[in-house]
Amino acid sequence: MITSQESIIIKTLSRFLIPFIQLFGLYVIMHGHSSPGGGFQGGVILGASFILLVISFGYDEVKKRFSKRNVMLLTCAGVVLYGAIGVVCQLLGGNFLDYAVLPISQPRSMGMLGIEIGVGLTVMAVMVSIFRDLLTY
Amino acid sequence: MIWQLDLALLLLTVVCAIGALTVRDLLASAILLGAFGLFMCLLWVEMGAVDVAFTEASVGAGITTVLFVIAVFKTERKSKD
Repeated sequence: MITSQESIIIKTLSRFLIPFIQLFGLYVIMHGHSSPGGGFQGGVILGASFILLVISFGYDEVKKRFSKRNVMLLTCAGVVLYGAIGVVCQLLGGNFLDYAVLPISQPRSMGMLGIEIGVGLTVMAVMVSIFRDLLTY
Repeated sequence: MIWQLDLALLLLTVVCAIGALTVRDLLASAILLGAFGLFMCLLWVEMGAVDVAFTEASVGAGITTVLFVIAVFKTERKSKD
């Protein structure tokens, strides 16, 4: 079990750094369909920011905000978002994940963005879940 | 491709890999494996595979090192063999 660090340098630096890591993870997810990166890499970066939070502030502090149930809900929400976009494309008359039939502007980019967000949510929650299971084993 | 940069990165990668295999302290071994991942990532950037390098930098050098360090803290630090 990781307990809270006494070092004020580690606490201040991680408190300053974590929002920027999360912003970079969101950037990687949002630009995944047109540049290097994507849902998996962005999700791993987001998960790494939460792991840094656990390492610097201790597990007990973070446990209040990240219950096991919420992490599992996030995991399932990502998979459901992925599947729902595919099924909506099927209901509108196309194939599974056939973005071109979606009734929005730039349907391919927007459909792919939804897929990336689903993948990112699942990967982030699974990374936090693996880390937490290893920590509390 | 710049062959001097390639040679330096390859040498550092091999040195990190051999070090991670031979060192007695398992915590140092985990950190050396992270360094190996970082040099592997730089090699992939240099070869033009930016997407693979991105995955290697986030998974290989980031998450894996943290998981190995936690595993070392949960077991013991000295290698037996």
